[in-house]
Amino acid sequence: MRKFRERAGDWLDDKLTPVGAVLGRKPIKVPLIILGVLLVYALPILNLPLITTPDSDFPNVLFTVTVYAIVAVGLNIVTGYAGLLDLGYVGFYAAGAYTVGILTAYHFAWPFLLVLPIAMGITLLTGVLLGAPTLRVRGDYLAIVTMGFGELIRITIRNTAWLGGTGGIKAIPAPQSIGAPDGLFQIPHLAWDGLNPLIDLSRSTKFLVFGVLDATPYFWLALTALIAVIFVERLVKTSRVGRMWEATREDEDAAEIMGVATFKFKLLAFASGAFIGGLAGALFAAKAGYINPISFPANLSILFVAAVVIGGSGNRWGAIIGAVIVAYLPERFRELENWRLWFFGIALVIIVSFRPQGLFPSYSQRKARRAARQSARLDHSEVTADV
Amino acid sequence: MDFEFLFNNIVELTVTGLVLGSIYALLALGYTLVYGVLQLINFAHADVFMWGTFAVAWLFILLGVHGNSDLAGAAPYLILALVVAAATSGGLAMLVERVAYRRLVRKRALSYIILISAIGASFVLSETMGIRDLIVEFLSNAINAVIGIFGGHVDLSEFFADYIGRARGITTLPLTIKPTTVLSIGNFNLRDTDITIIAAALIMMVLLDQFIRRTRLGREIRAVAQDPEAAALMGSNATNVVSKTFLIGGIMAGVAAVLYQIKVGSTSSSIGVVLGIKAFTAAVLGGIGNLRGALLGGLLLGVTENFGSAIFGTQWKDVVAFLLLVLILLIRPTGLLGQTLGRARA
Repeated sequence: MRKFRERAGDWLDDKLTPVGAVLGRKPIKVPLIILGVLLVYALPILNLPLITTPDSDFPNVLFTVTVYAIVAVGLNIVTGYAGLLDLGYVGFYAAGAYTVGILTAYHFAWPFLLVLPIAMGITLLTGVLLGAPTLRVRGDYLAIVTMGFGELIRITIRNTAWLGGTGGIKAIPAPQSIGAPDGLFQIPHLAWDGLNPLIDLSRSTKFLVFGVLDATPYFWLALTALIAVIFVERLVKTSRVGRMWEATREDEDAAEIMGVATFKFKLLAFASGAFIGGLAGALFAAKAGYINPISFPANLSILFVAAVVIGGSGNRWGAIIGAVIVAYLPERFRELENWRLWFFGIALVIIVSFRPQGLFPSYSQRKARRAARQSARLDHSEVTADV
Repeated sequence: MDFEFLFNNIVELTVTGLVLGSIYALLALGYTLVYGVLQLINFAHADVFMWGTFAVAWLFILLGVHGNSDLAGAAPYLILALVVAAATSGGLAMLVERVAYRRLVRKRALSYIILISAIGASFVLSETMGIRDLIVEFLSNAINAVIGIFGGHVDLSEFFADYIGRARGITTLPLTIKPTTVLSIGNFNLRDTDITIIAAALIMMVLLDQFIRRTRLGREIRAVAQDPEAAALMGSNATNVVSKTFLIGGIMAGVAAVLYQIKVGSTSSSIGVVLGIKAFTAAVLGGIGNLRGALLGGLLLGVTENFGSAIFGTQWKDVVAFLLLVLILLIRPTGLLGQTLGRARA
């Protein structure tokens, strides 16, 4: 049985390695990337059969998936790169959402695009404020402290009238439309009759008009944000900072001895994660139009961690795929929606036990694993040769 | 800020704080014991406790006990409930160890990896309770699909309706236990339920303390806590000891579950998160890995929390515990009595 499991793991590795290598590492041709990105942008228009969600509005689902992907990229910095298990990530998500709620609707009426950077800044500040006292704490304590902070933020919001209290914040305005009311131009969606694409003129997206009925412009906004985040995160990851994070994760004491100011880098990871979480929360608030403390329960944090771990912590593409799994599958198979937390709990236990590196591990982990396997094979062949 | 309220009711607040504190203390034992032997947080412990509280409620439904009763009248049922809840929680705790910990501990996985596995287990436990109506419905349909061939039909959902109703909501204990006032001084009433809870918790703590000190298993637990390898060389089976440590923690959680039901009288699938953080705070406050520390930490936390909610208002009650946790970890991470289960003092 054990042998079989190892074989299966190796087989999966071999099969996934080229996929992962193409996605995560090897420089792919630029036009291919552009084509891929355009395809993702066009998803709500194309409305592809099988992928599209029959029971819920497809652009809406795509928006949610993208927001989860942003969260996963942010949490991957904290948990995947720096190895800090953050069980209160929903707190930052809430901080971003509430900043938008307060500044665009509840107390002020500032435009969304101005508020967005402010929201991210405030969340960053929250991250530093929460991180500075807690990051000196040992790794496994940190998990429970962050969980406490997630709850703390929720309880504080619930009990503070200035923040909307239990009633929450209603009527958060959508981002400013460009060329309203009909948009710069209109793009009709496709409808499918079996495999024949038909142009559905009754449903068309007004370009850059943010309304209640059509989630497509929100999806484009979120996707643009996601791409920007990935772009910056990639630069940081491949820089000295990224290596410091990994050194801290693997062995904090050793890293400290080698001259890494581990606390500083842990705080930086925590703050960057918060920053990105704030962005996701802000987008969520602008789209939802209504937020209250119940929108940010403690187990949402754990769902976020599940996304990163299932996908492959330490690999941004793995984390994003994890987010897609966690956010998309329950919408595609709506009858399973109530089971989703249960299902992902089980998935966490199984994945961590049998494939702790996640479905799509990072390049360095894949390399290390392959090297270990090869050396094991060499050992084995030597033994048989001796006999 | 309402200091006047605090001073007028200080005795009352202290006693109710001690009652809550005893429950925290019993729960904190589960964290402390496991931390002692594995240096890992037993994340699923609070959900094991939650299942214990449901075991009590279900037992009462099964026995058809309902209505009102004083503590003496309910005593026989409560003692039975103690056995059932301890068995449920103890068994589940061992299951958690087997499924979420053993394999990873043996592989010497990074501690945060093991923690994620435990979080997964905790999630599964609380969600299983939260969607138990759907699970029963699913089973019912599956059984009907098979026995339908022979023309049979069962409706499990209806059969278990009392047990699975309002799966996401609050399940109240069918028997309401009415406290009797034993002693009355000024505006303060000492109730028999409060005395029972505190006494029961203290007795369990003393029993456990003596058990760890004097029995063979207790010695083995201390040995594994000190040095698992040396303990293994001396002939104790570390895996077995760890598993039994989880069992003991689970039994304590079961006892806590009965006391919780006496005090609160209702439960839900989501009580684990906050109670878990509090019990963990209690364990850290006293010094994690230290049994007497768990008692001290639990009682202290219960009282502090009550005073805090008297001053700032009850809606801030949970915040007091979280802030306390952060403060201890910053100022004195080893807790009041210091760590280690391994030392003779444990």
